[in-house]
Amino acid sequence: MAKGLLANLRWCIGCHSCEVACQTKNQFPAGQTGIKVETVGPWTYGEDRHQFTCFPLLTDQCNLCADRMAEGKAPSCVQHCQTNCIQIMDAEEAADIVKDNDHVLFMRL
Amino acid sequence: MSKWSGPGPLYERKTVAPQDIKTVGADLKTFDHAKPVHYREGDLDVTRGSAWSAPGCHLGCGVLVYSKDGKVVRVEGDPENPFNQGRLCPRCIAVDEIMNNERRIGYPMKRAREDRGKDWWERITWDEALDTVEARFNEYKQVYGAESVVFLQGTGRDIAAYISRLAWSFGSPNYAFSLSNVACFGPRIFASMMTEGLFPLADYSQQFVDRYSNPEWQAPKLTVVWGNNPIVANSDGAYGAWVMDVLQRGSKLLVVDPRMTWLAAHADLWLQVRPGSDGALALGMANVLIREGLYDKDFVSCWVHGFEDFAAMVAEWTPEKTEEVTWVPAEKVVAAARLLAENSPAILQWGVALDQREDCVDGSRAVLGLFVLTGNIEKPGSMVVGPELLKYITGWGRDLLSFDAEEKRIGTENLIFYKVGLQVASINEMIDHMIEQPEDYPIKASWIQTVNQIACGGVDNEKTKEAFGNLEFNVIVDLFMTPTAMAYGDLFLPVTSFAERNGIRCGDNMQRAETINAAIQPFEETRSDMEINLELGRRFNPEAWPWETVEDMFSHILEPAGLDFEGVRDIAPGYLPFQYNKHEKGLLREDGSVGFPTPSGRLELSSLGLEFMGKDPLPRYVEPPMTPYSRPDLAKEYPIILTTGARRPSTFHSENRQSPRLRALHPEPSVQMHPDLAASLGVRDGQWVWVEGPVGDTGRVARAKRVAEVTPIVDARVVSTDHGWWHPEGDPEKLYDVDELNINNLISWSTGETGVGCNYKCLLCKIYPVKEGE
Repeated sequence: MAKGLLANLRWCIGCHSCEVACQTKNQFPAGQTGIKVETVGPWTYGEDRHQFTCFPLLTDQCNLCADRMAEGKAPSCVQHCQTNCIQIMDAEEAADIVKDNDHVLFMRL
Repeated sequence: MSKWSGPGPLYERKTVAPQDIKTVGADLKTFDHAKPVHYREGDLDVTRGSAWSAPGCHLGCGVLVYSKDGKVVRVEGDPENPFNQGRLCPRCIAVDEIMNNERRIGYPMKRAREDRGKDWWERITWDEALDTVEARFNEYKQVYGAESVVFLQGTGRDIAAYISRLAWSFGSPNYAFSLSNVACFGPRIFASMMTEGLFPLADYSQQFVDRYSNPEWQAPKLTVVWGNNPIVANSDGAYGAWVMDVLQRGSKLLVVDPRMTWLAAHADLWLQVRPGSDGALALGMANVLIREGLYDKDFVSCWVHGFEDFAAMVAEWTPEKTEEVTWVPAEKVVAAARLLAENSPAILQWGVALDQREDCVDGSRAVLGLFVLTGNIEKPGSMVVGPELLKYITGWGRDLLSFDAEEKRIGTENLIFYKVGLQVASINEMIDHMIEQPEDYPIKASWIQTVNQIACGGVDNEKTKEAFGNLEFNVIVDLFMTPTAMAYGDLFLPVTSFAERNGIRCGDNMQRAETINAAIQPFEETRSDMEINLELGRRFNPEAWPWETVEDMFSHILEPAGLDFEGVRDIAPGYLPFQYNKHEKGLLREDGSVGFPTPSGRLELSSLGLEFMGKDPLPRYVEPPMTPYSRPDLAKEYPIILTTGARRPSTFHSENRQSPRLRALHPEPSVQMHPDLAASLGVRDGQWVWVEGPVGDTGRVARAKRVAEVTPIVDARVVSTDHGWWHPEGDPEKLYDVDELNINNLISWSTGETGVGCNYKCLLCKIYPVKEGE
């Protein structure tokens, strides 16, 4: 079944742990990665309303850590995510979460 | 934090179940591990243990070190360890790039004193290196007294304990922290001691082996983040992501920060305070708590001393006056006080910004006072005192120092908090001694371990280099050649990384019994800091260092845990016994009576301790010395407020610049400035600029290069920058560009009134573009 990355944007703090964990595990050159955090903001758009949203995005260099998953481990990005805001999951399971919640993002690989 | 709905955590972390908790040693709580300390996984060797230093930080997370053929391949978080539950920040995930770095130094080296500054190092043997240190330090001791040799450390990590013991067993009282006026952590501890007699910590359940599922623990209803960005900094033993954990468990969030950090942007209430005015903001909030009757009256009447005097003092701090001084709108001062009063228990996640202004002890006392007034002391989910295994923060081996030697400690003559309380010497007065070299008290040599003084921590490089340049013999103990070693080192002793040696991990915060475990052999000829200090200590004072091996020494330290080094290593982490509401049970005072270990037995809003020292017992606000209000004369030329030390995910102080993965995240130092300010200066985002300002009251000016980062997260009157910069890839004989990158050059070595607290966070500057060729 098709898998991908589900991200709960409410909690992503843009710490880059997922990125560096992916680079380290896959021995990518510095700067290249299978997951990357992009940020919208920060800016203010009304009284006490601020835009500061971090988006963990998959690239096609992600291999879903198939080897780790086979050993019963979480993908390296998921294990090292400091706020538990990402997960690799089946598209169908993710669809159930996406339809019921704000600000979750699913990227199928 | 109620902006969006959304699912809970998408990844559930392991927690120790009640039936899996077991008790070992002297009542340590732990659990059975799935695997031994060392095991194989595929073609890799795996070692379970802890990080801490070097390279380092203030946490020491549980890690699994993966290695192959004696080289570290990668480091992962240990999912079994309750501290970080398998998580890590980028600095530790990329640590293999430091351990395997081509720039690491593999053998001891010496250089002639007249060749300082030149890249003319000569390889020597460890025997020659240690014989030289022993002979020269002993010679200075004999001729000028042990106090003529000073021992210096950087920010405190596991190695600090062995540096203090080396100094004191040698007989020198001059053991010092290289940061100007101990302006990190120590002042908050001191402020707490003067209030509670102890140092309380935010309760994130970190004292329990079963963490958030512990039945006694309660999630705080409010988290107050004040003067730090914990999710990036991971400072003072508090893992920053614990803040996120308690937010995910329903805590509200109040953030006090001059910058709109991620936490500030997502807070229920964010107070954009003017740098350095935190103490005034706390007094303004206290004014509202008292005037509106929102404080915990029962708690205050039972447990608090000096309430009336404190209330009278804060009466003038109306929300309007507070707004004038702090720039925080009056209605937000009121709202913050009410938020705190309405949400108990509450925790205070306070940080270094409170330490980094002169008179910081009063400011920290004012902030802690808010938690005293609202009864957020010793309750589950509030500010609690943790168990302690090793008093490494105040040093290890103080008993070895004679009374006569203690009398000579630099700082005790003029600086009140050094007479009572602090055990270190004043680095600021020490620098003056080095320059003046008084005939009856010369300083001849230094031991510099775990610190890169002229890139980080130290201030005013011109004066620092003159001071150490005057010494006859400087020994540097480090992983890499640094600007400091290049500038004035005579002997370089190379050390192992944490994956190459054994050690103890107990924590800056709630302590527990853990070990740092060697995963591989040391890099080339490097030795661990502890081995070096044990070997030298034995030569200087064999009775003080009676241990055959470092592991014997660790076992001695761990005795209260009821296990030796190997015992702790196998069961680690071991959690010490802990109770809430200790003041009600007579567990905090030596005499066993209820209350707190202060002169009054109560929490002191008005401090008897400070009064005994001849200080004002109330935490009054004093304007810092370098602001547009205190120095309007300087502000004409230097109108912008500069706050330094902004943390980045990719760096820990002056470390990590050698790591390509981390460097890619933030390649050069930046100065964050508001778009309006950038427009008025004609500066574009990404452009190199000079940040120039007066060096305190020296009459000199200095400047540092920065990349402009144009962003609305700061007030248009304030700029913020990161610290600790040098270019490891740069020219050693240009000191790796440190003189043009170190923002601390804009700070002087003045002591202020007390010698505690330095204005790293509130300075004055002007900004202009770097010209071509500069």
